[in-house]
Amino acid sequence: MNAIAIIAGREIRDGLRNRWVLGAVVLLAGLALTLSFLGSAPTGTVGVEPIEVTIVSLSSLTIFLVPLIALLLSHDAIVGERERGTLLLLLSYPLSRWQILLGKFLGHVLILAFATTLGYGSALALAGGDIDRDSLVSFAGMIGSAVLLGAVFVALGYLVSAVVRERATAAGLAIGVWLTLVLLYDMALLGLLVADQGRTISATTLNWLLLLDPADVFRFINLAGMSKASVFAGMSGLAEQLQFGRGVLIAALAAWVVVPLAFATLIFARKQP
Amino acid sequence: MTATIVIEGVSKRYGDTYVVRDVDLTVAAGECVAIVGHNGAGKSTLVKMALGLVTPTKGRISLLGENPVGHQAVGFRRGIGFLPENVAFSPAMTGREVLRFYARLKQLPTSAADQLLERVGLTAAAKRRVGVYSKGMRQRLGLAQALLGAPRVLFLDEPTTGLDLESREMFYGVMAELRTAGATLLLSSHALSDIEQADRIAIMKAGRMVASGTLSELRRMAALPLRIRVHLADRNAARELEGSPSTPLRWLDETRFELTCADDAKVVAIRGISRLDGVADIELMPPSLVDLCDELTREAAE
Repeated sequence: MNAIAIIAGREIRDGLRNRWVLGAVVLLAGLALTLSFLGSAPTGTVGVEPIEVTIVSLSSLTIFLVPLIALLLSHDAIVGERERGTLLLLLSYPLSRWQILLGKFLGHVLILAFATTLGYGSALALAGGDIDRDSLVSFAGMIGSAVLLGAVFVALGYLVSAVVRERATAAGLAIGVWLTLVLLYDMALLGLLVADQGRTISATTLNWLLLLDPADVFRFINLAGMSKASVFAGMSGLAEQLQFGRGVLIAALAAWVVVPLAFATLIFARKQP
Repeated sequence: MTATIVIEGVSKRYGDTYVVRDVDLTVAAGECVAIVGHNGAGKSTLVKMALGLVTPTKGRISLLGENPVGHQAVGFRRGIGFLPENVAFSPAMTGREVLRFYARLKQLPTSAADQLLERVGLTAAAKRRVGVYSKGMRQRLGLAQALLGAPRVLFLDEPTTGLDLESREMFYGVMAELRTAGATLLLSSHALSDIEQADRIAIMKAGRMVASGTLSELRRMAALPLRIRVHLADRNAARELEGSPSTPLRWLDETRFELTCADDAKVVAIRGISRLDGVADIELMPPSLVDLCDELTREAAE
């Protein structure tokens, strides 16, 4: 069997054994169900929301939760194995370091894909009702892009894990990455826009600036890219100004996977165990 | 005999500190060499460099005729076994899963893993999680993974740590089998019983190789005196002896004393002691491995 597949298999088995997969599925399903059933409770009604509203709510949930789960899974992938003493032995086997990292990546992304599909899918199944084909495609697209967003943060987690020497540092740095890309970047950008008052930052510049944050790219793929969902998200205005098509956005997210993963591989290859 | 491990003028420097300095070591096929030295002497780093896991700052290493560092080194690792110091495994996996995982990485059938589990006496514990294994069981699992694929070269770093006497005997049996099959063994250890299995011993101190040879050669080089411990039958015999003006004796208690003598004078000394009245037992205590290391290192420093 291919070395990458063997490593991926071990990660998946470890994930199942450590209850990682179960935990992620329960968390995602629990929150998804809560959102789809109780999302409109503040307005005085309780019941199943239209699927479009569920997609919008789940997209917002994904932005916070999926990167967090991905970073928790990945931040000690290298530094943790080194600290536990399992890395040295693995490196003495007939496989390259890039194969180890790619195998781990494959395993972790599959865990995320499984947890997201099962978690969100259960919400969809329970919501039932009449779901048209467009909405179903939107929902599938949302799950697909959520997994891609997870892959971005798995790759970023490996980069953190390759750079540091201690697990505790990796955990701190991972939290920093999450805070920066999920919360602070948007706030900083908003602050910049308000301060600038539209004098120097053009719409084009803003568009490019948004591509620099994977969470924003994900948001646009889902909230602005879908005709129905964007109405509910109140983002149709913004969507009209967006200069990039879905293809470009997905490519941007893919680049966010490839670049950190490549850097993590380069650093890992040079590290002395 | 063909050399399987060749280390020539190898040094490793971290910043300004040399961890290994100008080391030369050649090990032939079928030979067993033990590296001895205090903690931090550079043994583990030397082993890691020989395996290609750490790049030397200077010098040349050849393992089975290949440079162990670099991408081309991946394939020939199938012929190499390694038992790291304090071997660790994913605690959530069972012993069998761990061994089958490593077998697959060496492109071996899973049956190879199961046979080795039996060889190291872990069949009964195969379905238990490694997390609940004792230190000795983990070590035996570590040994089993190092033996996967009948390696031509084995690197064993502190192989018998945590093993009970029975497991040690099993381990020495495995070592003997491997050598008969023509495998090269390079082990680093503090335990005399491990080192006695080796054809040759290399002593390291502060990154340098200070001495190398068979155990008896090293004993001769160090020329350390040995201690002779004498047990007397009763206190009366002791009283009589106290009056005699022979070599200075060190009394341990009322019926036991020790004296030291040069290695080549021991036969004469024993003959003398056995002639005394009331001697119940004589114990010969050769210099310990630590004493030997210290003496040879001190001589090298001078």
